[in-house]
Amino acid sequence: MTASTTERPAPIERALREPSVVSLCAARAGVELRQFFRERTAVIFTFALPVVLLVLLGSIFDKQIAGSGIPASQLLVAGMIAAGIGSTCFVNLATSITSDREDGTLKRLRGVPMPPIAYFAGKIVLVLVTAAAEVAIVLAVGMAFYDLPLPADATRWATFTWILLLGVIGCALLGTAMSSVPRSVRAAAPIVNLPFLILQFVSGIFIVPLTTLPAPLQQIGALFPLKWMAQGFRSVFLPDSAAAMEPAGAWEHGRIALVLGAWCLGGVILCLTTFRWQGRKDG
Amino acid sequence: MTDAVRVRGLRKHYQGSTAVDGVDLDIAEGEIFALLGPNGAGKTTTVEILEGFRKRDAGEVRVLGEDPQRASRRWRYGIGLVLQSASDMADMTVAETVRHFARYYPDPRPADEVIDLVGLTAKAGAKVRTLSGGQRRRVDVAIGVIGRPRLLFLDEPTTGFDPEARRQFWALIRLLSAQDATTILLTTHYLDEAETLADRVGVIAAGRILAVDTPAELGGRATAEAEVSWIEDGTPRTLRTAEPTAAVRELADRLGPEIPHLAVRRPSLEDIYLDLIGSPQ
Repeated sequence: MTASTTERPAPIERALREPSVVSLCAARAGVELRQFFRERTAVIFTFALPVVLLVLLGSIFDKQIAGSGIPASQLLVAGMIAAGIGSTCFVNLATSITSDREDGTLKRLRGVPMPPIAYFAGKIVLVLVTAAAEVAIVLAVGMAFYDLPLPADATRWATFTWILLLGVIGCALLGTAMSSVPRSVRAAAPIVNLPFLILQFVSGIFIVPLTTLPAPLQQIGALFPLKWMAQGFRSVFLPDSAAAMEPAGAWEHGRIALVLGAWCLGGVILCLTTFRWQGRKDG
Repeated sequence: MTDAVRVRGLRKHYQGSTAVDGVDLDIAEGEIFALLGPNGAGKTTTVEILEGFRKRDAGEVRVLGEDPQRASRRWRYGIGLVLQSASDMADMTVAETVRHFARYYPDPRPADEVIDLVGLTAKAGAKVRTLSGGQRRRVDVAIGVIGRPRLLFLDEPTTGFDPEARRQFWALIRLLSAQDATTILLTTHYLDEAETLADRVGVIAAGRILAVDTPAELGGRATAEAEVSWIEDGTPRTLRTAEPTAAVRELADRLGPEIPHLAVRRPSLEDIYLDLIGSPQ
């Protein structure tokens, strides 16, 4: 090799400040939120879907459930909160990571000095914000149209919080794992939506009370987190007498925590074993 | 002089086929090196191994003194990538995008300066999705150079450019190379691009490096026979000769003072390249 004659200035010792992991997590969160909220149509449809479903189903199930004195619509609202979390955390996250893999986001981020945790932190903030907005919107509709009473005691709000958190984490982990299934973002919507639709059906989101579903369907639903999230939210917003309408005749908080916790753990394992930074065609 | 890239005996197999079959490669610091080769020659695989995106099966690889397969986040501070066909950050503006990527580096160039450098100042506030293909590519270049890389990878950077955009892009690359003595590894299908930009050119085919030299010397180009063509008695004639001046003088004596349709053509880089990869011309 011939020596290059390029004149280079003597290296200046700059005070190099390495970007901190926390600041990069914040930077990713900023990008995720801005990209999401700038996609106006997607934002409107994401937040309108549970509201539209709630209004449509509310017009069908407009009576009190026999012998309980509880309006069926209030069961629907609690279920729709669970479904809203499923749709923002599972469906939207799976689609958005598939899209990141296809449009070069993931490859680009692997090529810059980004700690991988920053990417996931950005997604976590995105799902937390969108899930919180979704829950707030469904609650507001429930209060405005279906006289849904907000719980007054702290215990119920504590229950609400842990079910919300476990639900968000579990669904987000499953959404992340699911993102590796579709080959392209065009395939992602049907591939992710169909199982979610079936899951909502067998989890008693569309048909209330859950016990009116055939037993085999209830058993399938009981394997997945959505049914338990809906049951948990019913325990928060409905009077304790409504527990009689649950399949077990009780709220089963212990079992809800167990199932959701197990799904979170399983989700972590699934993500660690299946997550791919590159698309299939990139090898 | 240390090498920015040093590769010895690099091998990579995919199921049933060998993509890279014993590649040796040295790229000096500050050099612009163009890697040429037909599709499926092992070009992309080689570059992706150097970029740290792929694991090799055998061989020794040092990029900026480190093994890219085991390299740290700090190693990435010195690497800039301009990848093919990215369409990310579509809903962000040009300025937001460049500023975002500046945050990953300890000593980034000022974002406005980079946006100016790639000629997008007028588009700084525009969303990336509204840009033309060429403008989008310049955003990629801006992201590639924002961290003051010592080594910049350009993967087919001007595919789909019109001739004017291509010339502007070349000027930009020369400027970057001159400013900071950035080492550049370029892959391209355009021989004129390699000829105008590269200090040295490597030709790869079937997973092997066939030749490495300056564009002027590649494959014996400097000493290759020239082709003299003219029209005599209404018929086109051509002659291949190592002494074209003597041939022209003889023709001028015979047909002069002006030889009809005289042309003396040295083999182009493309002729040499096609010869090397064994393609019928």
